[in-house]
Amino acid sequence: MALRIADYKTDVHNDWCPGCGDFGIVNAIQMSLAEMGIRRDQAAIFSGVGCSGKTVHFVNTYGIHTLHGRVLPFAQGAKVANPDLTVVAVGGDGDGLGIGAGHFVAAGRRDIDMTYIIFDNGVYGLTKGQASPTLKLWEQPKSLPKPNMNYNVNPIGLAITSGYTFVARGYSYDVRHLKSLITQAIRHKGVSFLDVLQPCPTYNDINTRDWYAGLDMKDLAERHSRIYKLEDTGYDPEVHPADENDLDDKISQALIRSLDWGNKIPIGVFYKNDHISSFSERMSEHLPTYVEHPPYRQRISTDDKPAVNVDGLLDSLLI
Amino acid sequence: MYTSTIYTVACFLEYTWYQKTRRASQSASSAATHWRCANASVRIAENVISVNVPSLMRPLAAVDRMKSVDFSWLIGGPQGSGVETASLIFSNICAQAGYHIFGKREFHSNIKGEHSYFGVRVADHVVRSNTDSVELLVSYDAETIFRHYDSVSPNGVVIYDSDMDKVEVSDVSTLDSHFQNRLLQSIRSHNAPPTVHGILDIVRRQGVTLYPVSFREMLATLAEQQNNPRLQRMKRMYNVLGVSLSLGLLRAPLDMMTHTIRTIFSKKPVIGDLNADAAVYAYKKAVNEFRPFGHIVDVIPTRPGTALVQGFQGTAIGKMVAGCRFQSYYPITPASDESVYIESNNMLEQNDGKPASVVVVQTEDEISAIGMMIGAALTGTRSSTSTSGPGFSLMAEALGWAGINEVPVVITLYQRSGPSTGLPTRHGQDDLLFAIYAGHGEFPRIVYASGDIEESFYDTCQCFNYSDIFQIPVIHMMDKFLASTTTTCPIFDPTRVTIDRGRLLDRIDSEHEYKRFQLGGDGISPRSYLGLEDGIFWNSGDESDEVGHITEDPVLRREMMDKRLSRLDLVLDRVPQVEQAVLHATGDYTIISWGSTKGPILDAIEMLRNESVSIGFLQIKMLHPFPAKYVADLLKSAKVIIDVESNQTAQMGKLFLQNSIKPIDYYILKYTGRAITSTEIYDALQDIISGIDSDTVVLTHGP
Repeated sequence: MALRIADYKTDVHNDWCPGCGDFGIVNAIQMSLAEMGIRRDQAAIFSGVGCSGKTVHFVNTYGIHTLHGRVLPFAQGAKVANPDLTVVAVGGDGDGLGIGAGHFVAAGRRDIDMTYIIFDNGVYGLTKGQASPTLKLWEQPKSLPKPNMNYNVNPIGLAITSGYTFVARGYSYDVRHLKSLITQAIRHKGVSFLDVLQPCPTYNDINTRDWYAGLDMKDLAERHSRIYKLEDTGYDPEVHPADENDLDDKISQALIRSLDWGNKIPIGVFYKNDHISSFSERMSEHLPTYVEHPPYRQRISTDDKPAVNVDGLLDSLLI
Repeated sequence: MYTSTIYTVACFLEYTWYQKTRRASQSASSAATHWRCANASVRIAENVISVNVPSLMRPLAAVDRMKSVDFSWLIGGPQGSGVETASLIFSNICAQAGYHIFGKREFHSNIKGEHSYFGVRVADHVVRSNTDSVELLVSYDAETIFRHYDSVSPNGVVIYDSDMDKVEVSDVSTLDSHFQNRLLQSIRSHNAPPTVHGILDIVRRQGVTLYPVSFREMLATLAEQQNNPRLQRMKRMYNVLGVSLSLGLLRAPLDMMTHTIRTIFSKKPVIGDLNADAAVYAYKKAVNEFRPFGHIVDVIPTRPGTALVQGFQGTAIGKMVAGCRFQSYYPITPASDESVYIESNNMLEQNDGKPASVVVVQTEDEISAIGMMIGAALTGTRSSTSTSGPGFSLMAEALGWAGINEVPVVITLYQRSGPSTGLPTRHGQDDLLFAIYAGHGEFPRIVYASGDIEESFYDTCQCFNYSDIFQIPVIHMMDKFLASTTTTCPIFDPTRVTIDRGRLLDRIDSEHEYKRFQLGGDGISPRSYLGLEDGIFWNSGDESDEVGHITEDPVLRREMMDKRLSRLDLVLDRVPQVEQAVLHATGDYTIISWGSTKGPILDAIEMLRNESVSIGFLQIKMLHPFPAKYVADLLKSAKVIIDVESNQTAQMGKLFLQNSIKPIDYYILKYTGRAITSTEIYDALQDIISGIDSDTVVLTHGP
C-alpha cells in the first residue's frame, strides 16, 4: 500500500506558536518521506532540545528526542550500528551551532550517510528569546536586554569547511522547495546539512516572514523578496571530478555565496560532492564484513550461549 | 603507545610460547634437571654459547626446592627507555617457567623522560598483589636508585650501572623538589654523600648486596667480541641488559630468554639478534660474577590453562564474548587501552562460521561517546563505552537520558585519582559515590565493581545481561590498579558465560498497539528497537507516556517514576546473591571492601592466617542498589568491622553506614595515587588487632 503524507503524521497535539516556521519544516519532512516511500519503521528521526526538538513527536516514524546539543552523537551511533535505517537529525541553531558545535564539526568529518536539518531562527525560543549563534552583530530581537555583541556563525560555511558533502539552505515558508531539498539531502550518500531559515514569530521580530518577503523595503518599485533561489541563477553546486580544480572552485563559490545576507539571501543547494568515499566504504576498510554484517544484524548468542569464538585470542594469552 | 607495543608484542610472544610451554610442562622435570647440570651447554640460534656455571651455580638440593619462591623484582628508568619491554620479557619468562606473576606499572603523565617503573612479584603460589619490599632492584639510571633504594629488603640485591656511582641527587632533573628534599634529608640522617654510591652504601650496610656493572663497558666489550662498533652506542639496549643480568642472577632458563627477546623484536630481526646476543652476554656475566640469589627461577610444572593477562583484557574480551558490537570512546588514561585492544582485534569469528565484528568509534568527546553508545543501543546492538573520571563527568547528563528511556548500556569506568585531572596516571577509587549519583533527577542504574582481572571478564558479561534484563544503564567499576596490572590467572572461559537479552523483542505482535513503556506487570516493558517492523516508539528526555510522547501529567509522571525506580528492588531480588557480595573468609575481625583492593586483602589475610590470626573479608560487588539485607545477613556474627578503600572519605563505608548495617570500627584508607600493597594491609591489621588509638589507618607506601 502506497504511503500517504497522512501516514507520517501523529495525533500528538502540536503546541508550537501560531505562525511558527517549524510547521513548514515538519510538513516538508512528512512530504519528503511519503514521496520517497520510506517505510515508517525504517526511518528514525532524532531531535535535540528546544521547540524543534518536539518535531519527532509529530512524525510517525521512530522518533528519538535526545538532549540539548547532542542530537548528532545519538543519530550517528544509531546509523553506524544500523546502516539500513534512514536517519534524519533535527535541531535548533542554538542546539547545533552553540552547545553542539563540536559535534557539528565532528559529524562533517565522519561524513556518515544521514541528514541534519537546523531550524535557524536566530533566537532561543523555548527559553524566551535569548540570542542564538546565528543572530547578527548588534541586532536586538525584542527579548534581548541589550543588542547582541557577538558576530554570528556562518552555518553554511562551517558545514562546508567541516566536511559535509551536501550543504543547502531552505526557507520554511517555501514548503515545496524545502521538501525537494530534504529529499535530495536524504538521497545523498553522505552527511547532508540543511540550514532552514525559520522565522520565530514570538521572539524574533527582526527576521520575520514579512522581512524575508521584503515588505519592509521603503521603495515600492524596488521591493522584492529577500530570498532567491541559487538554481534560478544558473548556479552549479556539484563537484565534477573530471576537472581537477573543480573541488576548489565549488568550495570557494559556495563559501562566497554563504556570506550573502541583507537584501539577497540565497536558498537552494550550495555545495554537493558525490565523489568521496562513503563512511560504509571507509568502515569496510577496517571491518570488511561491515556492510553485510553491521552490528545490529549480528546474532550474538545461540541457545543463550555466546556465538562468538575467541579461542584464538585466548590462546594468545596462554603461557 | 604503551598499549599497542605491549599487547602486540605480548600476543605474538605468548602465542609462540604457548605451544612451547605445553611441551615444557610435560617435561618440566627433565628441564629442571637440565638446568641443574654442571657445564650446561645451551644452544642459542646458530651460536653455541657455553655457559660456564659449575663454580657459581649452586647445586639445587632438595631443601632448595622445598623453599617457597616469592620475591619482587623491580626495574625502573625514564619513560620511553624500554621499562615495559624489559618487564614484559621478565614476566613472560617467569610465567613460562611455571611461576605466578603479579606485576604493576607506575608511570607519570608524560611521554618521555619522567621516571616509570614496573614491579613484578614472582612466586610459586598464587599472588594477587605487590608487597612493600623489593628483593631484586635493577636500574640503568640514577633516578631509579634514588627513588627505590629504601624499598630494597635487607637480604635483597641491587644491580645498577656503576657509571652512575658519582651522580648526585641534584644532577637528576626529573627528581621533583618535594621528593629531592625528603631524599636529601634522609641521606643526611645517614651521614652519607648525596650520590648514587653514597645512597647505595647505606643499604649495603643494612645487608643489601650490590652488583655494580658498567653498562657502558658491557656494550664496549660486546662490540669488541662481536666486531660490531655500532653496539658500543646502543644505549637503547640498557633495558635488555638490565633484565638479562637479573635473569642470570636468578638462573632463569636461558633458551626461554633468547627466544622471548627474539620474538619481541620479531619485526626487527636485526635488532632482535643484537639484543639476544647482548642478553646472553649479560646473562653469562651475571652467572659468572654474581653470587646466587635466594630465589631461583628454574622450570617448575606449569598449570594448564594459565594465562598471562593485562588489566584491560578482562573487560575487553568480556565485551567481545558478551556480544558487545559497538564501542565508542574518547582517549583517556587508563581506560583507552581497552578500546584500542578491542579495535585491534575487532574482526571475530562465530561458532556458526559467520563473521562477527566490533565497531569501535573514537569520538570527539565523552558526551559524544555516550550519545553514540545510546544511539547504537537503540538499534538493539549491545553497546558500550569505556572511560575514566573526567570523561564520566561529561557523560552525566546523557546517563540520565539512558535512565529515563530505559536504554540498556554498559559504561566501563576505569577510575583514577581525581578530583579534576588529579593524578591522571595514578590509582584511586574515588568515583564510587559519583557513579551512584551521577546525573540529575532520580533514575535506576546498577553500579557494579570487579575485584580482579579474571573476575572482570565474567562481570563484564553479566553487566550486559543486567542492563538487558532490567533495561537500565550499568556502570562497571574498574580502576587504574587493575588496568596496569599484568598477572597470571586461569584463562577466561567463555563456556561459563550466558547471554540473556531480557525482553528484547524480535518481532511485534501487530494485533495490539505496541507501547515501549507499557505500564503494569513487573515494570519491565517489552523492548523494540529502531528498525523493527511495526515496532515504532518514541523516546524523549522529557517525561513521557507509554508510547514515548512528552507528558507533564502528574498521574502518569508518578506511574512512570515508580515503574522505572522499581527496577532497583528487582535487581536485588533477581541477581543471584553470590553475584552481589562474596564472603571470602570469616573471623572476629571482618574487612569490608570493594573493587581492586581484593587482591592485597586476600594476600594479607593469608599472611595473617599463617600466623593463626583469622580475619574475615566481605567483598561487595553490587554497590548500587546496595544489597543491605544480604550484607547484614553475612555480617551477622562479625564483631569488628574494618573498611578498606583507596580513597580519602571511605565512600563505600558511607553506603554501608547509610544502610544501618553495623557501625564501622576501623578504616584502612589510601589516597596517595598508589595501589595498596598486601604488606600495608597486613601491617595495618596488626596495628588494629594490637589496639591502636585512632580508628583510621592511612597507608602511604610507594614512590
